[in-house]
Amino acid sequence: MVIPKLAWRNLLGAGLKTWLNVVVLSFAFVAIIWTQGIYKGLDYQASRAIIDAECAGGQYWMEKYDPFDPFTLQEAHARLTGKMEFWIKSRRATPILIVQGTIYPSGRIQSVLLKGIDPEQKILTIPSSILKQSSPELPALIGSRMAQSAGLKKGNMVTVRWRDAHGTFDARDIQIVQVMSTSVQAIDVGQVWIPIQELQKMAGMEKEATIVVVEKNFGHAESFPAWTFKSQDFLLQDLKNFVQAKTIGSTILYVILLILAMLAIFNTQVLSIFRRRKEMGTLMAMGMPRVKVIQLFTLEGAMHAVLAAMVGAIYGAPLLIYFGTKGLGFPGTADQFGLAIGEKLFPIYSTGLVIGTTILVLVVTTIVSFLPTRQIAKLKPTDALRGKLR
Amino acid sequence: MENSCLIKTVDLVKIYPMGEQSIKALNKVTLTFQKGEFAGLVGPSGSGKTTLLNIIGSLDAPTEGSAEVLGEKVENLSHKRAAELRNRHIGFIFQTFNLLPVYTVYENVEFPLLLLGLSAASRKKAVMDALEWVYLADRAKSKPSQLSGGECQRVAIARAIVKKPEILLADEPTANLDAENSHHILQTMEQLNEKLSTTFIFSTHDEKVIQYLHRKITLLDGRVAKDEIMKNAFLRRDA
Repeated sequence: MVIPKLAWRNLLGAGLKTWLNVVVLSFAFVAIIWTQGIYKGLDYQASRAIIDAECAGGQYWMEKYDPFDPFTLQEAHARLTGKMEFWIKSRRATPILIVQGTIYPSGRIQSVLLKGIDPEQKILTIPSSILKQSSPELPALIGSRMAQSAGLKKGNMVTVRWRDAHGTFDARDIQIVQVMSTSVQAIDVGQVWIPIQELQKMAGMEKEATIVVVEKNFGHAESFPAWTFKSQDFLLQDLKNFVQAKTIGSTILYVILLILAMLAIFNTQVLSIFRRRKEMGTLMAMGMPRVKVIQLFTLEGAMHAVLAAMVGAIYGAPLLIYFGTKGLGFPGTADQFGLAIGEKLFPIYSTGLVIGTTILVLVVTTIVSFLPTRQIAKLKPTDALRGKLR
Repeated sequence: MENSCLIKTVDLVKIYPMGEQSIKALNKVTLTFQKGEFAGLVGPSGSGKTTLLNIIGSLDAPTEGSAEVLGEKVENLSHKRAAELRNRHIGFIFQTFNLLPVYTVYENVEFPLLLLGLSAASRKKAVMDALEWVYLADRAKSKPSQLSGGECQRVAIARAIVKKPEILLADEPTANLDAENSHHILQTMEQLNEKLSTTFIFSTHDEKVIQYLHRKITLLDGRVAKDEIMKNAFLRRDA
């Protein structure tokens, strides 16, 4: 216990120099945890929003369905299996029929996806119950981005044209019964939601669907001919890739912050080795073995990280807790760049993140502290006492 | 008398390489020191005083010959064993005091005891005793920067003596002190030599120190030129 005690004394005795290093290192500490927390929150919130509004526990895709190829839609519909119908009746799944169409808002032509959804479904957070209203017009639900791009508002009528299963074009008017606000673009841009029974009739695809969304925690997915199950992980893959790309950016920032902080420690250590040679000689003359002198100086450097963690906790903990609870205001346009996070981002600062960062900074600081102290091993006590360094 | 011989050097040679040349700092030095001696190595700069002290203190090893300190051959000691020898049996006093600037007087004196692994209570008692011996008990909480040169050297003496070593080596201990402080320091060391029977070996060319020595060893060009018992010192002490 002698070495930690002496290192602690030396550190506190160095006064302002120590505190400057500690403050710089604590900034790095807090900034690393802060940015990592933001990315974790972003990942969690975006995943949550997409799971709730789009993919739930996973989806059965009609085997010809390819969301990136609109030409597949003409063929991408199939009859629901008996098991699927059972799940739908017991509210464990909900079917969605997708048909390509065109709307004519204010005399313009706009290509859309007509999506049929069960107004009774509770699997997705889409406010589909609004489609239950009994009006002579066909009720339609659109997202706020769609409303903005088409210049549509609640109550507006618009003509929609589609091609049915036999290749015949048909058209009718729909009424916008609600403009929903959602951060998930995949259920908003270029999409018009109408009751599935209506769309099945319109398209001549009775009892057919393009995808079947199953509830969260659905468990084991059975296989059916003409249907392929896509897991939640598969459906979130794009988001995961996006977050990973963002994480690379944040890691670069992380490394830069760490390098800056470590430079301060390294600089202090190098200066210590040069300036405190006489002190080292004195320690050796008093009988401190060389290896203990190295340990002392290394620990002294490493203790900067311990102090930095404490200082960082003093101002960082309230700051992080505040933003973790109140959230960070996010620009309204952020979700147009693929970030389904809503107006507020709630960073997540897990215990693992805090402990992991603390250990990482401690280890790196110890290594950086140790490197210059290796010089001490070459030091002869008589040279050190004279202030010489070989 | 033979069992009280603490230090014995035989034909000690120390050569320092200086580029392509070399300097012979010690040339066949043969000496013995008994327990409780108050001896000084005297001579001009470059005569080998500090080199001899360093070898006796196991801070350096001889190039040739042998130096036996407390039964251990310095030339055969590992770094670790040498550190142990210094830690347990040898105290050092330096010309420039070499106090640890960030420590208080108490902490500076306590340092060798921490290395010895003594308990807090024993450390406290030993430190306060040592500070009493050098009349600095009231300055225990001061930092070296708050002390005068004389006080700093007294702290250095307390630090060297606190573990009650058999041997205390002082390299030009009064070189940075004025006459009055030098006398105080030497009187203190003389008292400690009497009280604790610690063997004091100085290197000096200061006349003030020389008059206190009980034994004066004059070195010239790395050789022992004269080794004499100082009767004046005993007379002065008796008086």
